[in-house]
Amino acid sequence: MREFFVKKSILPGFSLSLGFTIFYLSLFVLIPLSMIFLKTSTLTFQQFIQVITAERTLAAYRLSFGTAFVSAGINAVFGLIVAWVLVRYTFPGKRIVDAMVDFPLALPTAVAGIALTELYVPTGWLGQYLQMAGIKGAFSPVGITIALTFIGLPFVVRTVQPVLEDLDPQIEEAAASLGANRWQTVTMVILPVIFPALLTGVTLAFARAIGEYGSVIFIAGNMPMKTEIAPLLIMTKLEQYDYPGATAIAVGMLLISFVLLAAANFFQWLTSKNLGKV
Amino acid sequence: MSIEVKNIYKKFGNFQALENLSLKVETGELLALLGPSGSGKTTLLRLVAGLDFLDQGQVLFGDKDAQDKKASERGVGFVFQHYALFRHMTVFDNIAFGMNVQPRKVRPSRHEIHSKVMELLKLVQLEWLADRYPWQLSGGQRQRIALARALAVRPRVLLLDEPFGSLDAQVRKELRMWLRRFHDESHITTLFVTHDQEEALEVADRIVVMNQGRIEQVGTPEDVYHSPVNAFVLNFLGNVNFFHCRLEEGKAIIGGTALDVPGLDVDKPHPAKLYVRPNQFKITRYAPKGSALKALVEYVNPAGTIVKINMKTETGERIYAEISQDEYKNLKIVKLEQVYVSLKDVTYSEHLHNIP
Repeated sequence: MREFFVKKSILPGFSLSLGFTIFYLSLFVLIPLSMIFLKTSTLTFQQFIQVITAERTLAAYRLSFGTAFVSAGINAVFGLIVAWVLVRYTFPGKRIVDAMVDFPLALPTAVAGIALTELYVPTGWLGQYLQMAGIKGAFSPVGITIALTFIGLPFVVRTVQPVLEDLDPQIEEAAASLGANRWQTVTMVILPVIFPALLTGVTLAFARAIGEYGSVIFIAGNMPMKTEIAPLLIMTKLEQYDYPGATAIAVGMLLISFVLLAAANFFQWLTSKNLGKV
Repeated sequence: MSIEVKNIYKKFGNFQALENLSLKVETGELLALLGPSGSGKTTLLRLVAGLDFLDQGQVLFGDKDAQDKKASERGVGFVFQHYALFRHMTVFDNIAFGMNVQPRKVRPSRHEIHSKVMELLKLVQLEWLADRYPWQLSGGQRQRIALARALAVRPRVLLLDEPFGSLDAQVRKELRMWLRRFHDESHITTLFVTHDQEEALEVADRIVVMNQGRIEQVGTPEDVYHSPVNAFVLNFLGNVNFFHCRLEEGKAIIGGTALDVPGLDVDKPHPAKLYVRPNQFKITRYAPKGSALKALVEYVNPAGTIVKINMKTETGERIYAEISQDEYKNLKIVKLEQVYVSLKDVTYSEHLHNIP
């Protein structure tokens, strides 16, 4: 029977390691997640729909997913440029720049939030220039996007970097010798190869941004209907001891995220299945 | 289109890759750049292709200076050792790439591109692979696709950088012959880099032997093999035995034995180095009329078109000789037998000055 499931392998320990993996995932992912569904199920379906379609909830969803999407898009472009510069050029201080990319991961998010708020308030160093251009920095969706872009950057850079490093410079030379200009080389030869990795990085940054709480609450201003992100709305519900309401909003977020991530993964598979291992 | 490089210099950091090198490749010629790694042959090829900048000197295509032209404007077909195929494109799209990136005004129609690609696939005998991806092909197939891709843009010059370097011996031989046939039909000016002397000797019209950023000798395969200008060329092209000896009255004294050396004039006795190809020995069972070196047979390998024999003389010098199967049948020597070795000819001798 066992042979039916498992292709015989020379590597020992398959059952043990698979068993451990399932145990580990259950303990840290599946059980906690199922608690959310369990808690939500104390609501009737009607009540559940009511909570997640309340105007305030919908506004929070729109804000959270919208800003996360925009920030992931910004990181797709600029993260790619940062990774490109770090891989392709040598310059003094390159290692320091390389280390700086990880800062957003290591910094306590609240610290980042406070620092960004300080910078982008209308009287802040950078906020005053935004003000002049007629844009409100902190306490607006722009501010939220800035914070989410900040924390998402390392995900894009760190997933694209190794793939760029593996890219054979000779394929660019081949393209050039065949008459392609620089733009054609980048769009037709380089981008298609790194696209799956870029998509993975952007997806990670997006997922991280949806759930981000610490850095956003300082810069957002948290006005209901305007600058209140979904995780904050959940916190608010929790503070009012409305546990089923809070988990219902969480379930709504989970479902939307699941659909989006599944789509991203499918697209990633689609674009990488023909790349092979040359 | 002929290619000429004039007095070119190229340095990588502190390493002088090319030093005052000049070379002319005639129109329609198949020229091999042969040399050990680090001799600058690939650097030279890349400079011609415009993939590197030169420090000093000139590269001419025909009689026009190619200096200001980028790689994409030089009209060269370049083939890399590791194929450098675009792995996200099918074989068809790889070959069509060069045509697809042409400006709209001069780009062939889709139909023309299709028939051109199919024609090229036929040329490299891989028509049935059009829809495959590079990772689904073997090394030899990939390199043929890379060749087809380079030819698709109708290059004026074909540049090949160790094109068969990472293929199996069998496939390598096959592709080598294919390249020679292709060149005989197309007469496209071709410059190819190799470190495999057999490949260069077999395929090229002329061979350029390079060493340490300089040219040692340029000539036909026959020239460089039979009349090498120095010991480096001799060593690099095929096996060779060499002996320290003293030349006296038309004889070479090697380890106390005076050997007849045909075709060597000696006016004054002096020390010398003799270079002898493996096929220039005569091996006999009994002492011949003249003088001969006594040697012990250490190893005989009759597998192949020739018979390879390793021997050791009384004074400890090792000799590697090759004789024909017929000679071998007459001799019937086996391991650990005593034989006599004399010289039929000498390829090259280096005359050293007498140390008083």
